[in-house]
Amino acid sequence: MTTAEKYVTAAYCVVFAGVLVYVVLIALKLQRLEREVDELERREPKAAEDERETIEVG
Amino acid sequence: MRLVSRLSRVPLPALAVVSLVLMMVALTLVFYVAPNDANQGFSQRIFYFHVSIAFTAYACFAAGAWKALLHLWKRDPRADLESYVAVHQGVIFGTLVLLTGSIWAKISWGHWWLWGEDELVLFLVLFLFYCAYFMLRFSVDPGPQRANFSAVYALFGVVLIPVSFLAIRIAKSFVHPEVFTLHGPNFGGWILVTYCVAQAALLLLAHTLYRVELTGKRLDARLRELRFA
Repeated sequence: MTTAEKYVTAAYCVVFAGVLVYVVLIALKLQRLEREVDELERREPKAAEDERETIEVG
Repeated sequence: MRLVSRLSRVPLPALAVVSLVLMMVALTLVFYVAPNDANQGFSQRIFYFHVSIAFTAYACFAAGAWKALLHLWKRDPRADLESYVAVHQGVIFGTLVLLTGSIWAKISWGHWWLWGEDELVLFLVLFLFYCAYFMLRFSVDPGPQRANFSAVYALFGVVLIPVSFLAIRIAKSFVHPEVFTLHGPNFGGWILVTYCVAQAALLLLAHTLYRVELTGKRLDARLRELRFA
């Protein structure tokens, strides 16, 4: 491999790595959002249950 | 504008697939079809992505400024977030321009960076200006004031784009190659075809990444609203 080929490969690898890092960061953020949505979904039925009035039956 | 609005209606997975295919075609053309440059030889192949990424960065900054104008002019509630995401994309592509440019400079000129070259320094100024956008944005509490400050700042930055672009033409030393003149591009044949495909691929990639990031940011905002409701 000549010096020019090495530098050209490095330049294209930098572009590829940059885009890859960006995609990984976005994926991590979407994972966090998914976790938060799950957490919110779990909290919602519990909150609704707490708000329900208790009445005596019979 | 009509093309961008049409693109925004294309489903995100389809857009991602098309940009991936176009990127593969561009890489194939760059490494297997485009001929070696008579002066620079193999190293000139950096040009296809370096110049395309630079134009993509300019397009992102211009889109950010356009959305900022929409925010200030029509008070479009989505425009502030869209402007922020476009500027963010511009900074990412700007980083890639500086990195690929440095590598190309090292092969062609023997230096990673030349402070005497106006076009390099002006692009760095433009890049740093937009980096400071985030410092301004995150130093103000979320709300209309932050949106207004960010919009005005993004609009000021757009003035630097023609300055940075024209610097290559008005630079005295002409160390940086001038590839686009008033009479059109300085190249033709497969070089022009490869450049056009690479440019289309990178613009589409930027648009896809913009849509992905915007979807994430909107989801985040809605989640925050739900949590505090």
